[in-house]
Amino acid sequence: MDDLRELYQEVILEHVKNPRNKRTPPDANRHAEGVNPVCGDAVRIHMKVNGQGVIEDVAFDGKGCAISLASASLMTEELMGKSESEAAALFQTFQEMCTKDEPDLAADVDEDTLDRMRVLSGVRLFPMRVKCATLAWHTMNAAMAGKSETTTE
Amino acid sequence: MSEAVRAAQAAQAAPGDNSARAFDVERARADFPILSQEVHGRPLVYLDSAASAQKPRQVIEAMSHACETGYANVHRGVHRMSQLATDAFEAAREKTARFINAASHDEIVFTRNATEAFNLVASSFGQKHLGAGDEVVISTLEHHANIVPWQLLRQKLGIVLRVVPIDEAGNFLLEDFEALLGPRTKLVSVTHVSNALGTVVPVKRVIELAHARNIPVLIDGCQAAPHFAVDVRALDADFYIFTGHKVYGPTGIGVLYGKYDLLNDLPPYQGGGEMIASVTFDTSTFKEAPHRFEAGTPPILEAIGLGAALDYMSALGRDEIAAHEAGLRAYAEERLAGVPGLHIVGTARDKASIVSFVMDNAHPHDIGTIVDRAGVAVRTGHHCAQPLMQRLEVTATTRASIGLYNTRADIDTLAESLGTVSEIFG
Repeated sequence: MDDLRELYQEVILEHVKNPRNKRTPPDANRHAEGVNPVCGDAVRIHMKVNGQGVIEDVAFDGKGCAISLASASLMTEELMGKSESEAAALFQTFQEMCTKDEPDLAADVDEDTLDRMRVLSGVRLFPMRVKCATLAWHTMNAAMAGKSETTTE
Repeated sequence: MSEAVRAAQAAQAAPGDNSARAFDVERARADFPILSQEVHGRPLVYLDSAASAQKPRQVIEAMSHACETGYANVHRGVHRMSQLATDAFEAAREKTARFINAASHDEIVFTRNATEAFNLVASSFGQKHLGAGDEVVISTLEHHANIVPWQLLRQKLGIVLRVVPIDEAGNFLLEDFEALLGPRTKLVSVTHVSNALGTVVPVKRVIELAHARNIPVLIDGCQAAPHFAVDVRALDADFYIFTGHKVYGPTGIGVLYGKYDLLNDLPPYQGGGEMIASVTFDTSTFKEAPHRFEAGTPPILEAIGLGAALDYMSALGRDEIAAHEAGLRAYAEERLAGVPGLHIVGTARDKASIVSFVMDNAHPHDIGTIVDRAGVAVRTGHHCAQPLMQRLEVTATTRASIGLYNTRADIDTLAESLGTVSEIFG
């Protein structure tokens, strides 16, 4: 039960009940759909990236488990206003947190951001669920790279 | 030999005794070493046999015994070890034929798994009998293994796929099936039991209706063979497929049954050793069925393990296993119906031992993770039946599937662990 409580923290359950930025912005210029072939869940990421490579808006929609929904919701909050390279650093940091007990954190990510992202790091105790946590991030990465589809495979 | 098997065999041998043999689940459980494992500090509760069943000691020992005392490649050497291995391999074919009451062991083709068996029929039957515009009838209940090979054939040959609908409860709709049969229907390929919902399809009637129009029928028996006695001749099935690892045997072996004349009329699936009569650089001639369809070194140890698994099930009694599982399924449906916010998906009139469900506030993946911490193994996801999930308007379900070794206590543990799901997700 302790592991379960670490995974399903209150913050995560709150994001599931009240997801942030779950919408489809009409002016988004980057889109991608991510599919988790294990469960068939799909998340779509929509971003508005300006000429300087700054994420002016980011949103998501789709269906999924608590972990994938909370992760997508949290991610949109963290990415808002970030540059492409900052987004890439956050993605790398998040992946590290989800898979390692002693993650290699990107140097330029501030402590508050790390704390907020860390609520999902309990997933490292559940290796079968890491894909759920990283689906939205992989999809964001694909959208950034101009690919419209990705999977967690 | 285990106590359970010995007792079952003794009961079977007792003349004039028509009383039902009591199924002793505790004795059967003792045959499965894995059931003594702990998961997260709790005893393993294995409710995922529809994905893959656990292996009794008899299967494990038969395979190691063959490795240790009688192994070589089959059908080749003149030496002693090759003869022993060939005898054991062909004895497994004979046991498999008996298990489904085939007329002959020559009607049994060993494949790598059930999926390969479907691809074999799609390829060889397609090459021989199907062309552009010809129709193959499948159903909404099918596993991807009985969908995708036909879609590949559609790309290659231009065949047309027709899909039998189901009702909300998951019943196969016979009248709609009959209406789909037309002059271009060349094959019906439907499941015996739905892997996702447990629906038992009235395949005997399906076959009668198809045969009245001279249409051959392939039955997917992957979820039937583990649960009740299958008689391919009583059904009059033209092809019947099942897999080793779901009948308590090893992975790496599938079974394709085909009526001999139909089977022997088909061209090879893969080319290579084992399947040829003679080879020159100009041409090759092929063996008769079933060997024509077994190119390369076959799954020798897996066949031996499968034979042991089929012996094991037969000794326990197929009807006894079916009765035990039916009782447990009824109990499971009753217990789970009492969990707040839980809805059983698939309430067909006739079901095998599968209980699929969804919960109001929790996604199947979260349910699967939470019950795993209580030692309970269930399958969560689309069960390789995405079109069926789309029809039922769910993306995924949680599926508890019952095997011969499950108990009421297992069901109780599942129901209690679902309480934790409600605690977390409200």
